[in-house]
Amino acid sequence: MTTLHTINKSPFERSAMASCLNHALDGDSVLMIEDAVVGARKGTAIANDLREHQRTCAIYVLGPDLAARGLKPEDLIEGITVVDYAGFVDLAARNRRVCAWL
Amino acid sequence: MSEGNTKKFLYINRKAPHGSIYALESLEVVLIGAAFEQDVSLAFLDDGVFQIAAGQDTAGIGSKNFAKTYRALGDYEVRKLYVERESLAERGLSESDLMPITYEDEDDDYAEKPSIHLVDRAEMARIIRDSDVVLSF
Repeated sequence: MTTLHTINKSPFERSAMASCLNHALDGDSVLMIEDAVVGARKGTAIANDLREHQRTCAIYVLGPDLAARGLKPEDLIEGITVVDYAGFVDLAARNRRVCAWL
Repeated sequence: MSEGNTKKFLYINRKAPHGSIYALESLEVVLIGAAFEQDVSLAFLDDGVFQIAAGQDTAGIGSKNFAKTYRALGDYEVRKLYVERESLAERGLSESDLMPITYEDEDDDYAEKPSIHLVDRAEMARIIRDSDVVLSF
């Protein structure tokens, strides 16, 4: 059964996102929250790595945290899904466990 | 899920020990969890591998040296400490830089056995997927 991974640190400051992606398995979901949402932008140093992982994992970003940082859905890497708090809950319920990368 | 009310708890440790409260807090929670007779495993990856490095001496920074507590985990039936090989290598460490952490196996004439198991990154990913509850520090 699959895992929901949450990440809350910017990939430009900490290794949480890299470590998360290195431990996510096929079918897992990855949700960027808080400062991690800056990693969802297209054209960043980690964008290619994220796109690679989109082949095996679904990647989500928390909308309110995006908006708070002035990021818009059109700024994001293609295929990343924006969810609200209810969507966060759905993801947690749909996966067997939640693993936080902090 | 495991039988009855026993769940597989995995505590993930990713921070070096003395710059923040994470490592000590993790250890406290692990000991509490062990008291509830859950199936407890610890994972050490990224800078978390420094938590079980040998030779820690905190006298000069005036903070509590809780390193020796890891060596007592076996007495609380916490016997599965998984250490990620890649995380060690990235930091220039090897198994010989870690504290020896063992437990006494009551089913084998109380023979002392190692609690530390080196695993590669792919195996660590499977350990996460095999657990019921993941607590991150």
